[in-house]
Amino acid sequence: MTRPEREVDVLVVGAGPAGLAAAARLAVAGVARVEVLDRERQAGGVPRHCHHGGFGTWTHPLTGPAYARLVLAAAMRAGAVVRTGITALDWAGPLALNTVGPQGPETIRAAAVVLATGARERPRAARLVPGTRPNGVYTTGELQQAVHLHGQRIGTRAVVVGAEDVSYAAADTVRAAGVQVVAMVTELDRSQTAIARTHNARLRHRIPLLTDTTVTELLGHGRLSGVRVRHRDGRTVQLACDTVVFTGDFVPDHELARRGRLDLDPGTRGPAVDGALHTSRPGVFAAGSLLHPVESAATATREGVRVAAAVLERLAGAEWPRHTVPLLVEPPLRWIAPNRVAPGDDHPYVLRTSALVNRPVLQVVQDGRLLHKEWLGTVIPNRTLTLTAEWTRLVDVTGGPVRVTLTER
Amino acid sequence: MTVTANGPLPYGSYDVTVVGAGVVGCAIARELARRPSLRVALVEAQDDVGQGTSKANTAILHTGFDAVPGSLEARLVREGSRQLAAYAAESGIAVDPVGALLVAWDEEQLAALPHLAEKAVRNEYGDARLIDRPELYEREPHLGPGALGALHVPGESIICPWTTTLAYATQAVRHGVDLHLNSSVSDVRWRDGTHLLTTSRGTLRTRHLVNAAGLHADTLDRHLGHHDFTITPRRGQLIVFDRLARDLIHHILLPVPTALGKGVLVAPTVYGNLLLGPTAEDLDDKRATGSTAEGLALLREKGARILPALLDEEVTAVYAGLRAATEEDDYRITAHPEQAYIAVGGIRSTGLTASMAIAAHVTELLADTGLDLGPVRDLGPVHMPNLGEAHPRPHQNAQLVAADPEYGTLVCHCERVSRGEIRDALASTVPPRNLDGLRRRTRARAGRCQGFYCGAALRELFERAEA
Repeated sequence: MTRPEREVDVLVVGAGPAGLAAAARLAVAGVARVEVLDRERQAGGVPRHCHHGGFGTWTHPLTGPAYARLVLAAAMRAGAVVRTGITALDWAGPLALNTVGPQGPETIRAAAVVLATGARERPRAARLVPGTRPNGVYTTGELQQAVHLHGQRIGTRAVVVGAEDVSYAAADTVRAAGVQVVAMVTELDRSQTAIARTHNARLRHRIPLLTDTTVTELLGHGRLSGVRVRHRDGRTVQLACDTVVFTGDFVPDHELARRGRLDLDPGTRGPAVDGALHTSRPGVFAAGSLLHPVESAATATREGVRVAAAVLERLAGAEWPRHTVPLLVEPPLRWIAPNRVAPGDDHPYVLRTSALVNRPVLQVVQDGRLLHKEWLGTVIPNRTLTLTAEWTRLVDVTGGPVRVTLTER
Repeated sequence: MTVTANGPLPYGSYDVTVVGAGVVGCAIARELARRPSLRVALVEAQDDVGQGTSKANTAILHTGFDAVPGSLEARLVREGSRQLAAYAAESGIAVDPVGALLVAWDEEQLAALPHLAEKAVRNEYGDARLIDRPELYEREPHLGPGALGALHVPGESIICPWTTTLAYATQAVRHGVDLHLNSSVSDVRWRDGTHLLTTSRGTLRTRHLVNAAGLHADTLDRHLGHHDFTITPRRGQLIVFDRLARDLIHHILLPVPTALGKGVLVAPTVYGNLLLGPTAEDLDDKRATGSTAEGLALLREKGARILPALLDEEVTAVYAGLRAATEEDDYRITAHPEQAYIAVGGIRSTGLTASMAIAAHVTELLADTGLDLGPVRDLGPVHMPNLGEAHPRPHQNAQLVAADPEYGTLVCHCERVSRGEIRDALASTVPPRNLDGLRRRTRARAGRCQGFYCGAALRELFERAEA
């Protein structure tokens, strides 16, 4: 097949906050040919369809779409080329990607590649929720696009599965579409969002929160007619509804990382990276929710800026790979990102726990040597947990893996 | 070309009416379309072809190596397999000749393999070959530990069951068959040489009747006074894994049938997924197409043994199909000349493979019931959109994209389906009537995100085409 080839300095895959921030910073720093690809028709990533606040800063709050426009404008103003409707299909070499778009196929070679392909929610099937396969089953991502981008009708009565930040955003979208939220359902024993938000949903919007509860079956032929739920104590009940939204349970969109045979982290399932966001392949970097499914848009943007610094060093001739050791977590911790560490890495880490732990001790240990210890307040699943990078200067790069543990006091 | 989905059915009488637009009914309708003097109707209860058992099977094009020698099924599978392979090549139906391995996990299963090899020979299939443990693991390095050996059946292929059914229906409709959807048959009366079918869309008259109603074939048969067979829906639950798992296997991994049952298989699909299943549960409810926690747990347990790495992969779909099992181990194809009626019952999972041979067989039987088939013609070929990974997809065809940029604009990113393909499907001879129908025609929304990225955009395209 005829496949025209082209070269750029830096190729960024994914025009969400991380990719656009990286491109903006690189272009500002004087990199001549920075190109961002996005397979969607509009740049901006997930914030495009998050029609709620919580973006921007305390002093300058924004909705998701406004934030998406802001980061896009910054990248374009800086001189980065943002091309939408272009899919990066596969690798054509260590630092080259095959793409396709309305103008046809292309191979784009670059001195450095930044993967910023984001994350998605696991759909119903991947959660192995039994039952029939009716219409009316959504993820938050699809729901938000249906309501906010396309003005589509949703249904009349919805159950929202999950009780974390994104679940409450989904409930807001459901209500914005004129649909009643029958209940929110979580397997955990409490909501995992801010107390004010929990109270607002329950008291002001009168949305019942069913804790310790699992969705065990979807019912209905053609259209959803209800969901069966089971409480931890064994009670089951059928909730009549024509819509169900599965929220949260994010997984990275790691197709390109896998097709490129980059080392993946078993916890995040995204590419394994060190503190400077180098992947296992020289010249390939990663940033954003691909690395930690998911953090806020602000975190992704900060990471875009951070990856740009590492890319600039690489373009200036910095060595690869750096000497790093694996950074591992033990249950109840699910993952940590970045997940390789070099002495002197100086950006904080993000982690997730799978279980609620009251006032635990967090310890960082290498080969039996304690590098760091801190006492935390209550840690809650599906919420960001951060760890300082102060201890990284104590890491021995010739030693074994560094382990992070969380134990009750 | 006539495809109807609402309004009253035509008043005039058909020469032949086929009830049930599954893969078998569509194949029969297509075969009858070769007879230009016949006026033929294909009547379906649901809103699309292939909506029952045909859409939820293991998508294997069998050789028939393990059929009961001498049975009708053995003959029709053997003949149908060759016919369908040729038809698929001509029509653009995705087929991938990956071959199968029947993997033995214990001494009993190992001892059964030579008998299966002999049985294959009796079924006129000579290429099955025993392979030892080292060769098995060389061929399938990701196979779980503990396998003892295998029977290699190189002729087993995988096929796209949706395109097959749709190709038959498309070709039949283009050659004059009337396809009536949303027409559930609730009663049949045979009076003065004419069948009067009471349907949800009014009465339909026909001189000859073919019952290809799948799960409901026994009910229709009873309306005509026969009690030849009873269909017990046998549920098969399957788990579909993401395309990123595809490289884990290189063959269809079949279980060795033993006294304890058939076990589950792991098979690639032409779309590049892996299938794990099916379960086999005899039920009473012909609508019980739901999956269950027990069924999925069982599949995961079996899958963990066959291919441990599989369970780490993302699941893209879970579905359950109902096989039309009867009390006997063979197809139940019976002619009732006194009623100008053919019953096609008990067509099990091999029905996809055998469909064209079943159609030829049923046509012969129709002649025996007094139908004058009239002259024969060759049908103009159909060229179906390729849904398989073995050949280039539209977005991979530079000339096509240059000629029409819509083929380079991907809408469904996981399965890489372009706007051009969606547009074509919406304008096709037998168009989809909902997003599930669109999925079966294009793969749109069949991937790992299940619509997280593309669902709303696809619905937009679909609703715009409807408007």
